[in-house]
Amino acid sequence: MQITVTVNGVEYTRDVEPRLLLVHFLRDELGLTGTHWGCDTSNCGVCVVLLDGLPAKSCTVLAVMADGHEVRTVEGLAGADGLDPVQQAFSDMHGLQCGFCTPGMLLTSRALLDRNPDPSPAEIREAISGQVCRCTGYENIVRAVRAAADRAAEAGTAAGTVTS
Amino acid sequence: MTTHAAASTPLGFGSMRRKEDARFLRGAGRYLDDIVLPGMLHAAILRSPYAHARIVSVDTSAAEAHPKVEAVITGETLAGLGLAWMPTLSHDVQAVLATDKVRFQGQEVAFVVAEDRYAARDALGLIEVEYEPLPAVVDATHALDPDAPVIRDDLHRTDNHIFDWEAGDAAATDEVFSRADVVAECDLLYPRSHPAPMETCGSIASMDPVSGKLTVHTTTQAPHAHRTVYALVAGIPEHKIQVIAPDIGGGFGNKVGIYPGYVCAVVGSIVTGRPVKWVEDRSENLMSTSFARDYHMHGEIAATKDGTLLGVRVKVLADHGAFNGTAQPSKLPAGLFHVFSGSYDLRAAHCSVTGVYTNKCPGGVAYACSFRITEAVYLIERLVDVLARDQGWDPAELRMKNLIRPEQFPYRTALGWEYDSGNYPKTLRTALDLAGYAELRREQAEKRARGELMGIGVSFFTEAVGAGPRKHMDILGLGMADGAELRVHPTGKAVLRLSCMTQGQGHQTTFAQIVAEELGISPDDVEVVQGDTDQTPFGLGTYGSRSTPVSGAATALVARKVRERARIVASAMLEVAPSDLEFVKGRFEVRGDPAASASMAEIAMAAHSALELPEGVEGHLDATCVYNPPNLTYPCGAYVCVVDVDPGTGQVTVRRFVAVDDCGVRINPMVVEGQIHGGLADGIGMALMEALAFDPDGNHLGASFMDYLLPTALECPSWELGETVTPSPHHPIGAKGVGESATVGSPPAVVNAVLDAIGVRHADMPLTPAQVWRAMQGRPLRTDLSVT
Repeated sequence: MQITVTVNGVEYTRDVEPRLLLVHFLRDELGLTGTHWGCDTSNCGVCVVLLDGLPAKSCTVLAVMADGHEVRTVEGLAGADGLDPVQQAFSDMHGLQCGFCTPGMLLTSRALLDRNPDPSPAEIREAISGQVCRCTGYENIVRAVRAAADRAAEAGTAAGTVTS
Repeated sequence: MTTHAAASTPLGFGSMRRKEDARFLRGAGRYLDDIVLPGMLHAAILRSPYAHARIVSVDTSAAEAHPKVEAVITGETLAGLGLAWMPTLSHDVQAVLATDKVRFQGQEVAFVVAEDRYAARDALGLIEVEYEPLPAVVDATHALDPDAPVIRDDLHRTDNHIFDWEAGDAAATDEVFSRADVVAECDLLYPRSHPAPMETCGSIASMDPVSGKLTVHTTTQAPHAHRTVYALVAGIPEHKIQVIAPDIGGGFGNKVGIYPGYVCAVVGSIVTGRPVKWVEDRSENLMSTSFARDYHMHGEIAATKDGTLLGVRVKVLADHGAFNGTAQPSKLPAGLFHVFSGSYDLRAAHCSVTGVYTNKCPGGVAYACSFRITEAVYLIERLVDVLARDQGWDPAELRMKNLIRPEQFPYRTALGWEYDSGNYPKTLRTALDLAGYAELRREQAEKRARGELMGIGVSFFTEAVGAGPRKHMDILGLGMADGAELRVHPTGKAVLRLSCMTQGQGHQTTFAQIVAEELGISPDDVEVVQGDTDQTPFGLGTYGSRSTPVSGAATALVARKVRERARIVASAMLEVAPSDLEFVKGRFEVRGDPAASASMAEIAMAAHSALELPEGVEGHLDATCVYNPPNLTYPCGAYVCVVDVDPGTGQVTVRRFVAVDDCGVRINPMVVEGQIHGGLADGIGMALMEALAFDPDGNHLGASFMDYLLPTALECPSWELGETVTPSPHHPIGAKGVGESATVGSPPAVVNAVLDAIGVRHADMPLTPAQVWRAMQGRPLRTDLSVT
């Protein structure tokens, strides 16, 4: 089947098998290996991308279902002016260790801050509760998202959204 | 409470942002499955649906006829090459692909190599295997029954016994028990669990038919050990094997061993002449790669009536699965389990351990293992709590009264270990103060009066890490040393090459900080190279919290060698005797004339220049080092967990968790705290959620993340950390290692808290709502078996 998917602002048209998973489309067809695969059952969330701005587990979405839609992956987070504030905060607060769950965590955090610029720690935990991290014990991820929110508030920008 | 956010780059130890973050934040990490080699094929494994069955026939003809299939490999193929069986890390053998019988559900039966990953999976369904099912040995406590089916007939065994092993003085321990005022005993199961790193295991084998060189990209925590094993197993000359560990998406012991899929990928590449990638899926990871624990323990603890602990006696039944594949030093089939006298000044202790085969996956040491110390700490910390409950003593006070005192270090335990250093009472006091222990007990009393279930759990642990002294410890006969090479380029920038391998611990940053601390240069000027056996010195790798204790020591010592070489060059530059020079903040200064000095960068350039050097001095600054640890290092910690339990559902909420760790000198406090946070989450998982249970037919009941539950951000509280710092006296920088401390120390704190809340003497992990509710009814479950 021929599909056209906009990924990180670039339109890609490809002929794919109907059964191809979106995660494999991104990784194997487009070479965007920042999106990882971890469990097959929608439990771990290392494959989270933003589908039309909302977090979606790309191991449970067929590539053909993304036809005509917009996908944002971790490769599309940093803007021309540098890292997204969430990316920077993850490094500042040591919100990542092995890095495998990090792309999904970053995208979920970005989506959270886009709709709620001032989330409580409990709201952050709720937002990332569909994703598993085996390294950090979550605390520093929560701190990182809060730090990104604080920095955005100080800078007067809307939830630290990259304006590009 | 301490928290560390990243500060600016220190010239040595201190919190700093990690260098590896830059690529991970951008999705630019390079993990195994991200690697694509030219002409690469993809593989999948057909696995046994039965726990125990005889293989009658395997028909691969339909799979071979699939247009995208390049090769189908069976046990018969491998037998023809002498590769159907491979050695395990415990001097047993394991089937690579089954030839005679399958011995656990999920065992490898056939290996398909195809043009793409979907086609490889499709072809698995075209293979016809006829099995003759056999009764399975599922309950380890019946593995030695006279009528139990024999699993290892390949070894001509007549029963399922693997080993008997003991430690300690049995007679002295019996004597202590016979004179004790009080004795408490308890049966404890530390259930089988799985490390479940977010990245599963995988491998890409590429055999160059022209040069005869085998390159293996693989998810390994021990690349050099893997290379040696490939040489021994496959007969390929070791210098023709290059093992490369790319970025690793978490290991926790899961990526220590060599799995059948790795060996099959090598054979697949030899057969097809093309690179072959094999990556397991999550069910394969949970069903067939190294599990952890599975210890059935009967423990007894003896004390005087005034609460002085005297001795511990324990019998263990260890379920090792179908092949004895635990990664243990050769002399120690139960690893370091005999550290179970814990943190207490005991007169005597004794254990006997019996290992048995069952129809389950092999392995046994993984998940931040510390070589069975996790089981040992759980045992002693539960026994202390059971004794306290029986006698009506406060569990924190009982611990405080019996802790090894600071002046007793170095302390020789009743089981022969020499603990290096620690201030245990101070560490426990710090944790109790941070938690507000007395106030928590008051709150608990008030809540109990209202019928609310609140529990407070305390644990104190002593870890034994940094394996290990070569006269006692080896893996497959290889001594547990690690190497380091440090090159200093003419401009003063350095490259450090290490035998250990990070899986997220931040080695790229922290090992650069060790060099920075020793040479007074910026960590940003030190590149750390790991994982490629062609580029790094030999060593046994990263597991058992051994990177900082062993490779960290090698790094400090190699940097000191460089410094002394630099001293000679500086003496030539400054025209003074080497002994007249003093090393201050990255410079050698002439004593009494600090204006006359040379920086490391100036010395490095001079070392590569035409400067005339004293006779016999080689020039350049590069150095190598191999570190053989003289002793283990012994981190410790005191943990306090506070839980609330819903009396109607048995649901546990971990409200607070206080962790005070002493891991000696902290290289990067931010990274240390991150390691502890992760281990604490592991403890919540093991105590409350995770277990690999099996039904009577040997069906695996935890084969996906829908069944094998991992803690999320909602189950974890906001960790409250504190620290004490007692440097290791024998480690070059006084560091002790921390990777597994929290995994070791936290499960008993959580379990002690839950049982304290519900007023039950003991119930086995995981304390799921069902298990808690059953325990409250006086009918706790056997959590290794299916609930019927």
